[in-house]
Amino acid sequence: MTREIIKGTDAVAKAVVGADPDVVSAYPITPQTGIVEGIADLAADGHYNGEFLRIDSEFNAASSVIGASAAGARTFTATSSNGLKLMSEPLFTAAGMRLPLVLAVANRSISAPLSIWNDHTDTMAERDSGLIQLYAEDVQEAVDNTLIAFRVAEELKLPVMSNLDGFVLTHVQEPVDVPEPEPVEEFLPPYEPEQTLDPSEPKTMGAYARPEHWTEAKYVPHEVLLRAGDAIERATAEFEEVFGRSYGDAGGLVDTYRLDDADVALLTLGSLAGTAKDAVDRAREDGIRVGVVRPRVFRPFPGEALREVLGGVEAVGVLEKAISPGSGGPLSMELKSELYNLPDRPLVRDFVIGLAGRDITVEDVVGIADELYVDADVSPHEFAPDEEEVWPQLREEILPEEVSH
Amino acid sequence: MSADEQLTLGGVVEPRTSLANETGSWRSQRPVFDAETCIGCGLCERFCPDGVAQEVEGGAYDVDLTYCKGCGICAGQCPVDAIEMVPEVK
Repeated sequence: MTREIIKGTDAVAKAVVGADPDVVSAYPITPQTGIVEGIADLAADGHYNGEFLRIDSEFNAASSVIGASAAGARTFTATSSNGLKLMSEPLFTAAGMRLPLVLAVANRSISAPLSIWNDHTDTMAERDSGLIQLYAEDVQEAVDNTLIAFRVAEELKLPVMSNLDGFVLTHVQEPVDVPEPEPVEEFLPPYEPEQTLDPSEPKTMGAYARPEHWTEAKYVPHEVLLRAGDAIERATAEFEEVFGRSYGDAGGLVDTYRLDDADVALLTLGSLAGTAKDAVDRAREDGIRVGVVRPRVFRPFPGEALREVLGGVEAVGVLEKAISPGSGGPLSMELKSELYNLPDRPLVRDFVIGLAGRDITVEDVVGIADELYVDADVSPHEFAPDEEEVWPQLREEILPEEVSH
Repeated sequence: MSADEQLTLGGVVEPRTSLANETGSWRSQRPVFDAETCIGCGLCERFCPDGVAQEVEGGAYDVDLTYCKGCGICAGQCPVDAIEMVPEVK
């Protein structure tokens, strides 16, 4: 284990090489490019000896690792934003074919308008693809999630997406423990595929399923995903045994911060949790009893763990770095559906914030905690549905007449 | 995959030809051939898009219902109206 000051993309590249995949496919897109560039550097310096494929598009970057995975290889690729959209079609296939590839996504907003900055609109739109989705709060966790992703993918035979916030984590240098090859081998045993494409034993993968089979064929990965929480928790616990770093006080699925005596909770994914924790410290100085809840996974959605940790709060403010146009924030939608049938449920409010890299200050989040604290006395049944969603950072003054208030 | 086949990991199957693709369950109607009227001209065989209208014993024609999708083209082409399309009731 070497501790170094290292950029997020380089750190993830080293973690990937530590996992020693047989095949890495590379197609550049900001802010992911540093990951595959880092792997290329490590390959050039003789640290990575697998197949490094320079591909002509994200569609084929995904397709090539799907083919390699079908042939029994441990595989890795990485992308962002619109690149993830171009990978979308083959990724659904990967999940249906139960191929355990690992995909790092440097989260970035989707065009149009074109933007390179961070939010979660790219991966939220892939929530139905059948991939497990892990989200990291800092560079160290992005490194560790990369290794956990390989472990979980190969155990469950499902593709895993490991997310790190673009620029916020990819291009920031932090002190990171970068795994050495030895402990990685201890944590990640050699990949032994259950079935592979093999000329001496011909078989067809990705064949046609008629209506008599399709329902069951779709039910299987759904059910495996619903139960995937156990495997993620086990992998996270074993990771702690080998590396000494632990994640998630709810068994590796959900992290919490100062939630024990909290009346209200802020819920968010990824690096924004760091800002939220600072905001909680500051808000508590003003007597606002607030805590942070950070799901480490979005698929499978950790509903049970969230119901448990949110049991004592009156209101939840979802800090939402994505929007599903015409409906609302995907994270709060999922949370509401998990809480809806509870007899005594907290109020859920949706704060759309930090889209496409708009800066989120500690003051912004303290303001949200403040607003939520006032709402906490209102029963969810009395709250006007059209007031649930707010855009605290919206600049009303530049809006066109079409949507002005 | 035939309907009674067990699901495998990721839906993997052994290599097959299209013979394994039994489409008979797709039909909403089936052709019924009248061997008395049939003159054995073979137009139904020529025009059947699935190649399942075939000569049977005695020079008349019939379809293999394992693959017939009930499109009715054979009935439309028969010059002597020996083929009647009958609704499939499930």
